Amino acid sequence: MTDYRQKYQMTPVIGWLLNDRGGMILLGILIAAAILVPMSNLLLPESSAFHVPTWMVSLLGKYLCYALLALSVDLIWGFCGILSLGHGAFFALGGYAMGMYLMRQIGDRGVYGDPVLPDFMVFLNWQELPWYWYGFDMFWFAIVMAMFVPGLLAFVFGFLAFRSRVTGVYLSIITQAMTYALLLAFFRNDMGFGGNNGLTDFKDLLGYSLQSDGTRAGLFVASCVFLGICYVVARGITQSRLGKVLIAIRDAESRVRFTGYRVEYYKLFVFTVSAVMAGIAGALYVPQVGIINPGEFAPALSIEIVIWVAVGGRGTLYGAVLGAFIVNYAKTFFTGAMPDFWLFFLGGLFIAVTLFLPKGVIGAIPAFGSPDRQSIITAWRKRRANEGGKA
Amino acid sequence: MSEAAIQVNASDEEQVKSARSETILYVDGVSVTFDGFRALNNLSFYVEPGELRAIIGPNGAGKTTMMDIITGKTRPDTGDVLFKSEIDLTKLDEAEIANLGIGRKFQKPTVFESHTVFDNLLLACSGGRGVFQALFHRLSAAEKIKIEKTLVTIMLEDKRDEMAANLSHGQKQWLEIGMLLMQEPELLLVDEPVAGMTDSETEETAKLLRSISKEYSVVVVEHDMEFVRDLDCKVTVLHEGSVLAEGRLDHVQKDPRVIEVYLGR
Amino acid sequence: MRNDMFSMLRRSPHCLQQARKSGSRLGAVLACLLIFFMAVPDMAMAYSDEELRNVAERLDAKSSTQKIEVIEEMAADGDPRVAPILRAMLEGDLYVRESDEHVVITRKQGKVYTHIDIVSGEEIGESGSKEISKIKVNNRLRGVLRDALATLNLFSPDLTTRTNAVEQIMDARDPAMLPLLLRAIDREEDETLLARMELARATMALAAGETTEERLAAIEVLSSETTPQIRAVLYQFVASAEAGGFEPEVIAAANDALESVEGRLSTWQTVGDVYRGISLGSVLLLAAVGLAITFGVMGVINMAHGEMIMIGAYTTFMVQQALGSFLPSGSAWSLAISVPAAFLVAGAVGVVIERSVIRFLYGRPLETLLATWGVSLVLQQAIRTIFGATNQQVTAPDFMSGAIEFSTGLVLTYNRLWIILFSIIVVAGIAAVLRYTAFGLQMRAVTQNRRMAGSVGIRTGYVDALTFGLGSGIAGIAGVALSQISNVSPNLGQTYIIDSFMVVVFGGVGNLWGTVLGAFSLGIVNKFLEPVAGAVLAKIFVLIALILFIQKRPKGLFALKGRAVEA
Repeated sequence: MTDYRQKYQMTPVIGWLLNDRGGMILLGILIAAAILVPMSNLLLPESSAFHVPTWMVSLLGKYLCYALLALSVDLIWGFCGILSLGHGAFFALGGYAMGMYLMRQIGDRGVYGDPVLPDFMVFLNWQELPWYWYGFDMFWFAIVMAMFVPGLLAFVFGFLAFRSRVTGVYLSIITQAMTYALLLAFFRNDMGFGGNNGLTDFKDLLGYSLQSDGTRAGLFVASCVFLGICYVVARGITQSRLGKVLIAIRDAESRVRFTGYRVEYYKLFVFTVSAVMAGIAGALYVPQVGIINPGEFAPALSIEIVIWVAVGGRGTLYGAVLGAFIVNYAKTFFTGAMPDFWLFFLGGLFIAVTLFLPKGVIGAIPAFGSPDRQSIITAWRKRRANEGGKA
Repeated sequence: MSEAAIQVNASDEEQVKSARSETILYVDGVSVTFDGFRALNNLSFYVEPGELRAIIGPNGAGKTTMMDIITGKTRPDTGDVLFKSEIDLTKLDEAEIANLGIGRKFQKPTVFESHTVFDNLLLACSGGRGVFQALFHRLSAAEKIKIEKTLVTIMLEDKRDEMAANLSHGQKQWLEIGMLLMQEPELLLVDEPVAGMTDSETEETAKLLRSISKEYSVVVVEHDMEFVRDLDCKVTVLHEGSVLAEGRLDHVQKDPRVIEVYLGR
Repeated sequence: MRNDMFSMLRRSPHCLQQARKSGSRLGAVLACLLIFFMAVPDMAMAYSDEELRNVAERLDAKSSTQKIEVIEEMAADGDPRVAPILRAMLEGDLYVRESDEHVVITRKQGKVYTHIDIVSGEEIGESGSKEISKIKVNNRLRGVLRDALATLNLFSPDLTTRTNAVEQIMDARDPAMLPLLLRAIDREEDETLLARMELARATMALAAGETTEERLAAIEVLSSETTPQIRAVLYQFVASAEAGGFEPEVIAAANDALESVEGRLSTWQTVGDVYRGISLGSVLLLAAVGLAITFGVMGVINMAHGEMIMIGAYTTFMVQQALGSFLPSGSAWSLAISVPAAFLVAGAVGVVIERSVIRFLYGRPLETLLATWGVSLVLQQAIRTIFGATNQQVTAPDFMSGAIEFSTGLVLTYNRLWIILFSIIVVAGIAAVLRYTAFGLQMRAVTQNRRMAGSVGIRTGYVDALTFGLGSGIAGIAGVALSQISNVSPNLGQTYIIDSFMVVVFGGVGNLWGTVLGAFSLGIVNKFLEPVAGAVLAKIFVLIALILFIQKRPKGLFALKGRAVEA
């Protein structure tokens, strides 16, 4: 394989794009999907063997959002060793921002017909819109907020955590506490986000009905585009010198400190970027599934994201995308065909992947796998043999 | 290394000032306690610019704790640590201290295993440490030349594209020293550089450190007496958190207290 | 007019004061009642059968006012047959039979009404709803009836009935009851009840007393009490005292009394909060203490820890079921048997998990976290498949039900007290095992220096498995206790896992006493916040506070300082 990095030294962006076989395949598939899936859905007759039904378009769109979420987790976990068990919180916050816009779009078509207040507020006897709902009638504002709010939370949380050098499992545990606290908070009716029921009964987006095939296809294309853009951004970050610093932090954090880097700033940067990506994923997700509720903050869901990344193969970015598709397809399959077995499968997957596939599915494919492809069991045997020899 | 360390008479202010003004590292009266255990006890010593200094001492003498204090990883309970006679190191964190020009090599070789040798050196290369500088950084010709030069110094020029994880133990130690050189430090702290090395590697390392000390001040913490003899420099003996003896190795080795500490138990 | 005043009187002493001054008919009525009772020293004055029938028939009067007059007349009589009549009337079971115009008590079964004679108390026939007409009661009447019944109960031969009657009178604080209460005080022999009666009298004498001395004496009696009820009485009096034109010294005394009662009550409130905090803390401690071993000592992030608790709870359920079907006489011992059983079952599951998954992952905390999370999902689903998703009923043994109640409003339920005691025993047991047994020594050796321990002949794998088994077994024991206060369902473990980790992290990893202190301080802080912020917000605040705390002390309350070992 030619090292394009050497060849295109003057144009590094093209260099690292060409050098990235998995990424090229991913981008190719995304472009093809963004063109072919909507075309087949909208243009081909339903009787055609190549017709993609609308429910399938929405399902794939949902998977794309999960894939973007997985990508954001891989960016921090795979490259910087930050295992966040609270990334669902950023996803949900992005989703809520979009949900608030969609709620405002309902206007007076709600059950109670109030032109400004969403139904649940009328139901709670609220007289006026809380201040934090202002502006969400504008699409651009909602989009900005879908990125800004998760980003801000990640920035503040990360600033506190990284500055005090909370690392490893401690960080994982407090990220979990963070999403748990948000879960409890969003369940409260007083918070003004619809409490238990969340936000739902959306009608339209930018004037287009959410029920129509065209809108759904449009959302699908948007999901493809954003996944593609975020992939390129993430790839760019990891290929830069900054990315090298991140990997160095993952492998030997204090060495990086003694080399003169402010580790906390690097972590903070990538954590915030990752949260913004998760927020975008949430904002794309909500119009496609038609609901956002506090359940998205559940810690269990955040841990599930991590397994998507682990299944695909952490530290590769495209592996995370693949993993999100594999696990979520399995979830769709199991919950439809044999719901009782889904948790057995998911639980087993957690165990099997950590023990036998530390580099995920991608790592098991020779063309992508790195040469030191060994399972943890093998590593453990070697280590024990070593210890036995020395003892 | 012509003169023995200037003995500081605390009552004589003039002398203190002159001692401070000539040191690159000034450690004075440093104590630190961990849960009742006194790891450093009123430790004082001074390193002059361009000096190569070996620090020896039995296990638990406080060698690594002393390194932790100089590099900002641990804060002393009392005492002063000054760099170039004026910068108070006890107020700064690791990254700030590193950027001042103090490089540290760990006891266990720590290199970035998932990076190539070349990238390891690139990351250590002096220059902007900011997040956005790093994000938009592009390798300059000058940097490339510098890295190549260091590769030669640390005898790893043919391993430039090898993953650091695949290096031998000794090569990792050299790489780590190379990374310190890339930082262009004024003071190098080297913790047990030859632990686990073969004899020939040990000799090479001594040679390497001696040549480095022509340009930089170097403090080496070591157990291996043979290696310290090879370094041919002034030696400070630590015991129970304070300085037991100081001077040339052969001189120190005759000191009855040192003999007792090393052999008496 | 009189009735209006009556209802007004019930509302506030302020009105009473006005009424008293205006010299209404009420005073006369009260005086009459008083004289009446004084004139007749014995209670055994009773209606003849015919009188009773007649007076009862008058209950079917047209207006409420008339009915009230009759009720009061009957209540003042003291005939033991009156109470059932009034109670039936209160409950809407008092009817007039169309055939003979007799008042009867009915008992309804389906569509058939059984008639009970008010005089003899015997069944005298039955009918449908057509043949009888109900004596109607409205809310005002119900109030009067309740008070009247309370008055009657004051003279019941049964102590409990009398006690309840006194409490009811104290709640109602109807000055009209005062004469009856005084009579009851004269007759009462039970010391405790007598004290309550005096207190009840004081609550009324406060406003209705004739002289300043009487009122001051009442305040004196009240100020020595510490109950929310008395606080309310005093507060009400003070609030309306100005307008009521009471003597300044009475108002001042009442203010002082209110202040001292409030002061003592708030102390008790604090005591109550601390108790509830300790109670919650002991639950947290039980949930977390197994984790203190697996996470704190071994450094294993066991996300399946909650499921070990769940397994303990289900073991308790199984033991109860088994005893119930095979040895019903032994069911009192079910908890005693469950404790070792849960320890063994959860411990065995723990050993299996350690040998099959965790041992490959030592030194890889994040991977351990994910793998054990997988284990937790599998265990949850396994329990769901075996037992179903619904809650299982674990019955509490007799010694754990009931409570100690203080008049100050503090209630100590026995099951909470047992759990506090149990958690202390468990922690003491663990501390003893770690400190005094050979196994504890080996365990500490392995965690401090695995290779060294191995080379002095300790079978490190064996110690790892047993240590993990110990931590899991203790979680199982916690499950026995928690089955008494939580729903035993497949989700039981999930409700405790985050809290458990918080406790261990807060207390400081690797330190049992840190865990104890962490659990109790988190419990107490939570319970102190709850009255102010509500349960959910309190929990959110505690979580946020913990997140911030970890920033300050990343290694917990009792972290061990040391030379930097990681490089």
